[in-house]
Amino acid sequence: MRPSTRKRLFRGVLYAIFILAVAAVIFVADWEAIRTNFFNLDVAAEAFPTVVTEAAKNTVVYTVIAFIGGMIGGLILALMKLSPVGPYRWVATAYIELFRGLPALLVIFGFAFAVPIAFEWRPPGGSTGAGLIALIVVSSAYIAETIRAGIEAVPKGQVEAARSLGMRPSWTLVSVVLPQAFRIITPPLTNELVILIKDTSLLFIAGMALGDRELTTFARDTVSSQANSTPLVLAALLYLIITLPLTQLVAKLERHNKRGR
Amino acid sequence: MAELQTTGVPAIEVRKLCKSFGDNEVLKGIDFHVDQGEVVCVIGPSGSGKSTLLRCVNRLEEPTSGTIIVEGVDITDEDTDLDKVRTRIGMVFQQFNLFPHLTVLRNLTLAQIRAKKRGKAEAEEIARRNLDKVGLADKVDAFPAQLSGGQQQRVAIARALSMDPDMMLFDEPTSALDPELVGDVLDVMKQLARDGMTMMVVTHEMGFAREVGDRVVFMDGGIVVEQGKPDDVLGNPQHERTQSFLSKVL
Repeated sequence: MRPSTRKRLFRGVLYAIFILAVAAVIFVADWEAIRTNFFNLDVAAEAFPTVVTEAAKNTVVYTVIAFIGGMIGGLILALMKLSPVGPYRWVATAYIELFRGLPALLVIFGFAFAVPIAFEWRPPGGSTGAGLIALIVVSSAYIAETIRAGIEAVPKGQVEAARSLGMRPSWTLVSVVLPQAFRIITPPLTNELVILIKDTSLLFIAGMALGDRELTTFARDTVSSQANSTPLVLAALLYLIITLPLTQLVAKLERHNKRGR
Repeated sequence: MAELQTTGVPAIEVRKLCKSFGDNEVLKGIDFHVDQGEVVCVIGPSGSGKSTLLRCVNRLEEPTSGTIIVEGVDITDEDTDLDKVRTRIGMVFQQFNLFPHLTVLRNLTLAQIRAKKRGKAEAEEIARRNLDKVGLADKVDAFPAQLSGGQQQRVAIARALSMDPDMMLFDEPTSALDPELVGDVLDVMKQLARDGMTMMVVTHEMGFAREVGDRVVFMDGGIVVEQGKPDDVLGNPQHERTQSFLSKVL
């Protein structure tokens, strides 16, 4: 057989397998069950507008709080990790390794139940607040590593230029190093944000009051009260509406960065 | 800290300077000076320690031992306000090191405002004057990436000049440039020298050293091998190592 014939034959086999698989799915699937259980318009209509005004809104609000908190904590940890003072570095390293190594779910559980019981601590904002603190604690660890990498990616000559002009280390950091570091890490930071959006769903374990529910908790509650899975699909669509533009943005920024340097 | 400005004090005086990177001894007891208004060109093969010597003068490199005195102030003294001394020492790097996230104007005003505590208007006026001096007055709003290497290096010189330094250090300022762009940068440096600026220039441009230098210092293996008037050192080198180096580059 000639190489070109063999190549065409192989391509044809791949298409045949694909078409067979699609046909199998179409014939085997129970479309009626799928429609009534996952795409039930009556159930969907019932979920509106709460699914947007409460659930989606809370998801966004929790993400923003956790991200801003994580950025502040991450920046502090990153600077500690780059500190010339040994103990600061050790503490930062221990913190980062600890919370990157633990499941976020476990940390949320700990802050929402274990810590309040042990220390008779009433977290601000109830168990939702405790869960958010846990998310900040965890995201700080991840963001710290991203920021540290960004700072280290700024060429050494930049610091030397600023210092040679008589600028103090603090000003050098603020006006020369950090602006360039954040430009470098915008794509990974946006990725961090997308992960955080999805991680807010873990807050469900904290047990949330009615007005506090985010998308996943809301979907789960509605699924059990309606005995229908349509709210899950609704929540999934809303997650995608939030995350897809961001992942597209990351891709665009990465292309842009590649060209810019 | 005494503010000595008397003439007669050397601009830069280096005594018994040693610098090691780990086991690698780069500077082996250098004695070196630059008088006020003098243009000293430091030449030598790569790895001779000439860039390290220059970088020690504003302590971008930490000396292992020895003394460095700038305008009468011992900058190796722990209590010296290094940032203040550095505002008087302009430095130009091989890789320009402009701040890529700032416009040309902001590159020139940043340290004036942050380190010299100048007002924005004053800083911008000084910046524009120095850009004009290097022939790039029309580039105030450009970003470094939009400029050629030669233009970037002239902006870097203008940035250093905007601090009103008493002396300028040049670390192979033309080595990273395309050959056709070298001339513009050298012209700016020549003009500076004519204006009486104290300059220490680490360079491979022998033509520049001969034309502009008051003194040429040849370094090799971490020591000063030979120094003197450019015509003597470059035209009639006494030391064998100088002869061998010059025979390769001239």
